Amino acid sequence: MMTDLPLKIREEIDEYCKKKGIESEKKHEIVEKVKHFYRMSMYDPEEAVGVVSAQSLSEPATQMTMRTYHFAGTAGIQVTLGLPRLAEIFDAKKEPETPSMTIYLDPEHGSETKAIEIAKKIKEVKLKDFVLSNVIDLINLTITCHMDVEKLKKFDVDMKDLPKHVKLKNIDVEAKGKELIIMPKKADNVNLHKLKYKLLETHIKGVKNISHVIVSKEEGDEWVISTLGSNLHKVLAIEGVDTTRTTCNNPFEIYDVFGVEAARNSIIKEAVGTIEEQGLGVDIRYVSMLADLMTSGGKIMGIGRYGIAGNKDSVLARMAFEETKKHIISAAIEGMRDPLKGHVENIIMNQVIPMGTGAFTLVGRMPEVKVEQPEDEAEETKAEKKEEKAEKPVKKKAEKEEKPAKAKEKKKAAAKKKK
Amino acid sequence: MSLKGDCINILEHVLVPKFRVLSDEEKARLLEKLKTTKEKLPKILQVDPIVTNIEAKKGDILEIKRKSEVAGEYVYYRLVV
Repeated sequence: MMTDLPLKIREEIDEYCKKKGIESEKKHEIVEKVKHFYRMSMYDPEEAVGVVSAQSLSEPATQMTMRTYHFAGTAGIQVTLGLPRLAEIFDAKKEPETPSMTIYLDPEHGSETKAIEIAKKIKEVKLKDFVLSNVIDLINLTITCHMDVEKLKKFDVDMKDLPKHVKLKNIDVEAKGKELIIMPKKADNVNLHKLKYKLLETHIKGVKNISHVIVSKEEGDEWVISTLGSNLHKVLAIEGVDTTRTTCNNPFEIYDVFGVEAARNSIIKEAVGTIEEQGLGVDIRYVSMLADLMTSGGKIMGIGRYGIAGNKDSVLARMAFEETKKHIISAAIEGMRDPLKGHVENIIMNQVIPMGTGAFTLVGRMPEVKVEQPEDEAEETKAEKKEEKAEKPVKKKAEKEEKPAKAKEKKKAAAKKKK
Repeated sequence: MSLKGDCINILEHVLVPKFRVLSDEEKARLLEKLKTTKEKLPKILQVDPIVTNIEAKKGDILEIKRKSEVAGEYVYYRLVV
């Protein structure tokens, strides 16, 4: 059956057969042959894929330490690149150092003018963007800000509306001509300098956290907005934004909006993108396995003490990784048991690890205790038993796609990698 | 969040694969095929935006049709917890 093969291979066979005009009988033969090779190229059950994956990822990572490119002086947005970025992704940092977004637009809003219009709407403007100078009057206890009226007009902000935006407690705000005067309600014990900084950070317009926007033309004559700072929730709500393609570079934000599966894809995309940007290559399978492991619990878990390695089931495995005392003490207090099912534990105990041939056990039927039976019947059953016994000791092979087994491998790989 | 933000269809996003809730019969067949138990499958939280969107319940198994560079398309399973 063709369905045993992955879609891509199936499509390739179909295409080839169509081109060569190969008919059903011959095609069937080809499929069988391909299936044979496909099976041959698969990993064996209980193969330590995690270790292979960890090594394949670590090698380019060590290269990266030495030759991360620095784009000093280039125009555009400076983003974290190379190894620091890779560590950020796999350690599952909640906030990346340089959050950014790529915003695609609806076809109706595809023109340059519309794109700039939307970009303007998205960019966050704070009060300090409009302030020319500010004066602290220590005698009257007021802060006076001289506003850039032309700039206000450019951003469609009315001078009279400004006091409404300032939401700090216990102060009065007044707009007088070109000046904005701020007076604390309680005259005593106010730190005007502190207040001034708070005041200047007041959000006036746009989407919070988005400090820079750049409108650029991408492939296919499309105008795309890239930003520094991200706020997926709010940006997706803006009219004209293409909600099917707009993304950000923070898997956690994607997780909040689109769920684990999308977060997994985002992790893969970011990791592969970072590696490829440096001119290095890693097979996507290694990265996707790592991403699968990071999201197997339903949420994003980093690789390390507070992630996968620190949440292993086995006490001994956790102890072997980091913070030995913490784990052994809590295990002693709670009276934990370790079934010794993983790899690390079994290495500690000097036993065969459940990997490769060590993962399988032989199952045989023990000769049954003889029950009193008429002689000829007993003879018969005995013969039957013998036959069965010859057949029974089969290797109990774990199914290839058995995911838990894989998950364990991955866990181990993660631990190995950290070490 | 604004009104439009609530109305966007997250299932249409490029990063989101296709989801389907398995019926009880399919569930049994799957576990038989993989020779495993429900608890050993990868998880997806009940509060996950996708789960709330397709109204899956706790204990359901979701079939996820993932797009892949190497295999074209393949299925993955997650248990709703």
